[in-house]
Amino acid sequence: MSRVRVLVGTHKGAFALESDGKREKWDIAGPHFPGWEVYHMKGSPADPNRLYASQTSGWFGQLIQRSSDGGKTWEPMGNKFAYDGTPGTHKWYDGTPHPWEFKRVWHLEPSLADPDTVYAGVEDAALFRTTDGGQNWQELPGLRNHGSGSCWQPGAGGLGLHTILLDPTNPKRIYIAISAAGAFRTDDGGTSWKPINRGLYSQYIPDPDAEVGHCVHRIAMHRSRPNVLFMQKHWDVLRTDDSGDSWRNVNGNLPGEQVAYPQKDGTTKKFDLKGFGFVIDVHAHEPETIYVVPIKSDSQHFPPEGKLRVYRSRTGGNEWEPLAKGLPQSDCYVNVLRDAMAIDSLDKCGVYFGTTGGQVYASRDAGDSWAAIAQHLPAVLSVEVQTLS
Amino acid sequence: MIRVWLPAHLRTLARVGSEVTVEVDGRATLRSVLDALEARYPVLRGTLRDHITLERRPYVRFSPASKICRSTHPTPRSPMRSQRAPSHC
Repeated sequence: MSRVRVLVGTHKGAFALESDGKREKWDIAGPHFPGWEVYHMKGSPADPNRLYASQTSGWFGQLIQRSSDGGKTWEPMGNKFAYDGTPGTHKWYDGTPHPWEFKRVWHLEPSLADPDTVYAGVEDAALFRTTDGGQNWQELPGLRNHGSGSCWQPGAGGLGLHTILLDPTNPKRIYIAISAAGAFRTDDGGTSWKPINRGLYSQYIPDPDAEVGHCVHRIAMHRSRPNVLFMQKHWDVLRTDDSGDSWRNVNGNLPGEQVAYPQKDGTTKKFDLKGFGFVIDVHAHEPETIYVVPIKSDSQHFPPEGKLRVYRSRTGGNEWEPLAKGLPQSDCYVNVLRDAMAIDSLDKCGVYFGTTGGQVYASRDAGDSWAAIAQHLPAVLSVEVQTLS
Repeated sequence: MIRVWLPAHLRTLARVGSEVTVEVDGRATLRSVLDALEARYPVLRGTLRDHITLERRPYVRFSPASKICRSTHPTPRSPMRSQRAPSHC
């Protein structure tokens, strides 16, 4: 019988939640690395017992942990992330040049084929790779050096590379996303990169349709259609059907509000904006079914009306339905961070997300109903799921 | 022989008790003690000082003997005044 393992990274350690394929009863193991922030934890698709975790601390810096037994035991691996060559500068919040400084690993993406190969998205934004199971990490410098890197500017959460999508049909193609630079794609295994932000419009930056500078929060892909991507941006949900060459808005009927932004001519213009949020993910078996969790705005990171609702579109965007059964519908003021949603591959697929209030919610029926499978964890930073046979 | 007291998170990481000992050739300086500590416990590399610049992490405090250095910090080549270091507060 299948089993499911949910990997939860929190502000104060990591947890693993396991259940059989019924997904009714859950065992919680942890905390692993208690007291440390665990930004992300993910298993290798090539070897489900091989797990990697990004363990970080303002006091003691970055650690990478590896497990070869499904999370029972862990071993610290290499933690030296040195930018290639002379790192140079990016833009600071005030627009002045600021030296590139490694702060932490936001996201670990194991190779689809090799358990020893893992990509790491870091702050300040760069992409690193290990091919020896995490002992040594090398930057793929073509990303920072493709031309716009010196203009990248941090978002409110820092200049983090948070999304790494590996194309299952083309090992040379990788998509990444950076807050607040935008999305980028390589077609040659990471040697060269190009921005893929055409169609993005950000009212809150000096040049709203600039090639780079957009606050992309998350990108998701269904493995059967790697040319179709869904994006949760600062204030929009978008999709592309041509591998990021062009994007279009699919906010549709998502909740939103009117927001005023100053214009270049000194005036202020109001925009009807919808769909602010961080997470986005795709159904395991229906490539046109996607999930987001809208929150009120960029200044109030909690659910509208205090009601926690996942929104599902079965049409690849534009037409959205709120999913609330089993979720708190009053006085709920948590957030769901960008790496904190995951979907298993059972039928019906399970959908999981974690909140800054320490709850992990699960749906066994593709979002129709929900139940808390953990309620009192530290603030959840990331959620991943493994479907084990 | 230099006796080094480690904070809790680093004891867990290095899988040691509260106090460890290291050997340093010649005069003990902060740098030579940290070099010896990291050589004996490689897992501590990058946790007390930056991997590349070897600068102290901003929140880490080194405490030679029992005096906590809050406003000033021993330079890497300062001689250690006694046999107790480093810690954090």
